[in-house]
Amino acid sequence: MENKKEFTCIVCPVGCHLTVTKEENQYNVNGNTCKRGEIYAQQEMIAPKRNIASTIRVEDGFLNLVPVKTDKQIPKEMIFDVMKEINKYRVTAPIKVGDILIENILGTGSNIVATRNIAKNN
Amino acid sequence: MLNYDLVVIGGGPAGLAAAVEAKKNGIDSILIIERDRELGGILNQCIHSGFGLHEFKEELAGPEYAQRFIDQVNELGIEYILNTMVIELNKDKEIIALSEDGLINIGAKSIVLAMGCRERTAGAVAMNGYRPAGVYTAGMAQRMMNMEGLMVGKEVVIYGSGDIGLIMARRMTLEGAKVKCVVEISPQSSGLNRNIAQCLNDYDIPLYLSHNINKVHGKEKIEGVTICKVDEKWQPIKGTEQYFSCDTLLLSIGLIPENELTVNAGIEIGEVTNGPKVKSNMETSMEGVFSCGNVLHVHDIVDFVTKESRVAGKNAADYIKGINDSDGKKLFETEAGNGVSYVIPNYVVSGGKDGANLYFRSRKPYKKVEVKVLIGDKVIKTKKMPAMIPSEMVNIPLSPEEIANLNDKIKVEVKEIGK
Repeated sequence: MENKKEFTCIVCPVGCHLTVTKEENQYNVNGNTCKRGEIYAQQEMIAPKRNIASTIRVEDGFLNLVPVKTDKQIPKEMIFDVMKEINKYRVTAPIKVGDILIENILGTGSNIVATRNIAKNN
Repeated sequence: MLNYDLVVIGGGPAGLAAAVEAKKNGIDSILIIERDRELGGILNQCIHSGFGLHEFKEELAGPEYAQRFIDQVNELGIEYILNTMVIELNKDKEIIALSEDGLINIGAKSIVLAMGCRERTAGAVAMNGYRPAGVYTAGMAQRMMNMEGLMVGKEVVIYGSGDIGLIMARRMTLEGAKVKCVVEISPQSSGLNRNIAQCLNDYDIPLYLSHNINKVHGKEKIEGVTICKVDEKWQPIKGTEQYFSCDTLLLSIGLIPENELTVNAGIEIGEVTNGPKVKSNMETSMEGVFSCGNVLHVHDIVDFVTKESRVAGKNAADYIKGINDSDGKKLFETEAGNGVSYVIPNYVVSGGKDGANLYFRSRKPYKKVEVKVLIGDKVIKTKKMPAMIPSEMVNIPLSPEEIANLNDKIKVEVKEIGK
C-alpha cells in the first residue's frame, strides 16, 4: 500500500480534494472541511464502499419501475453482483417510499429500499 | 374563467416549495399547474442519491426529495392539475392552459413562474455528419431508463461533462452498457468533482478534456464518432483524431431556462441567466409575478431551489395580502464583479424585510479565493473558500440589517489570495 493517496471526496457536493497519508497504523487526512470527509477518506483506504441506486420491475403499478437504493453502503467490489441480484426481482404495486424490497442483499447488511410511491394501476 | 389568488406554473421542486410556503403564509386559494402526469418534476427521474443534505440533513434520492414536498401539498390540501400545459400568460395575469378538458382560462392575483429548464439538443452544437437515431440528450435517456424501463444502448459515448451526463455514465455502466468515454470541449469539466470521482473514476471511464466530437458517423443509425483535441480557441488540432464505435451518443451540453411564457408576457429577461430578472423578493418586472428555481437560473443543488422558492412563495402570499415588499422602496442593482459570471437577484430592495440571498457563480475555476460583497466601495461581507468552480453555485445571505439603508449598487467579486 502506498503511503500517500489523493482523491476527491464524494460525501457531499462540495467535493473536497483529500490527501491521505499513512503513519504507522493510522491514516491522516488533509483537505477535508468536515468530519464526514475524514471518515470517508479512512474508509476509502481500508475498504472502499458505495451506495448505489437502480430500479426494480413493478407489476400492476402506475409505472413499470420503482426506483430503489441501498440503505447502507456496500463494498465497492460487490456493486455489479448487487446489480445482478436486483435485476432478478419483480415487485407488485402498491409500493411506499421506504419499503424494504430486498432484505440484506447478498449478506452485505444493506437493504434495497424503494425511493418513491408507486400507486396501483386503476 | 377560473379564479385563484395564486397560480403556480410548474409542479417541480420550485413550484411545490413556493405553493407550500404561500399556503403556510395564509393563502388558501392556490392552484399548481403541471404539464406532466404527476408532480415532482425532473426529480422523479433522478434516482441517484445526493439530494437534501442542506434541507433534511440526509442524503435522499430525487423521488424521495420530491415525495416530501408532494406529501406536504396533499396534507395542506393544495389544489393541482396535471397533464396541463400553460400556453399563454398575459399582462393582466390571465393564463390560458391546455388541459385534458380543452382550453381553460385562469385568472390570478399573483403568479409564481416555476417552469424549470430544458436540455440543449443536438441542433445546438456543431458536429459534422447527420443526426441519426441513437443520439439522445442525457436527461431523455435518464427518463427512458429510470422511469420507462427502456435501455437506450450498449456502446455509449457521452458529449459534455455536465452532471446529468456523468450520472448517466455510471447508470448505463451499472445496467451493462460499455461507456467508452466522456468528451468535454472545455479544459475543465462542467460537472461536480464528486461526480467525476464516483461516476467516471470508479468505473474507469476516460474523460477527454479539451476535445470535441468533430464527426458523427452513420446516417440512419449512429455507428461511431470521431473526437479530436482542440486548442484554446476550441479549434480542432489536426492529427489528434480518434475514432470510437458506438450505438448511442448522449448529449450533456447544458440547460436552458424555459421562458417562452415569460418572454411573451413581456417580462424582462437577464442576459447571462436567460431567466427573468428578479428583485430580492423574487418578483419579476411584472408586478405580482414571482419566479424561482431553474426557470430563473440553472441550479446544481435542489436544496438551493427550495430555499429560493420559499422566498417567492412567501412574497407572493404577502402580495396577495396587499403587502408588496418592493413597493415604493428603492431598488439597487447587483453587479457581477471580477471573476463572477452573474448574480441573482438582479435587484435588491432597500430595506427589504427578509434581507437578500445572493446566488452567484465564478467565471472560471479558482483556488483559494476570497469572495467580497460590496455596497459601492464598502466591503460588507467576505467569504474565504478553498476553491471555486463555475459548476458550483455559491450563496451568501444578507440580513435585513445589512440592506436596511442601501445607497448604492451591490457588487460581488472574487479575489485569489494565493497559497
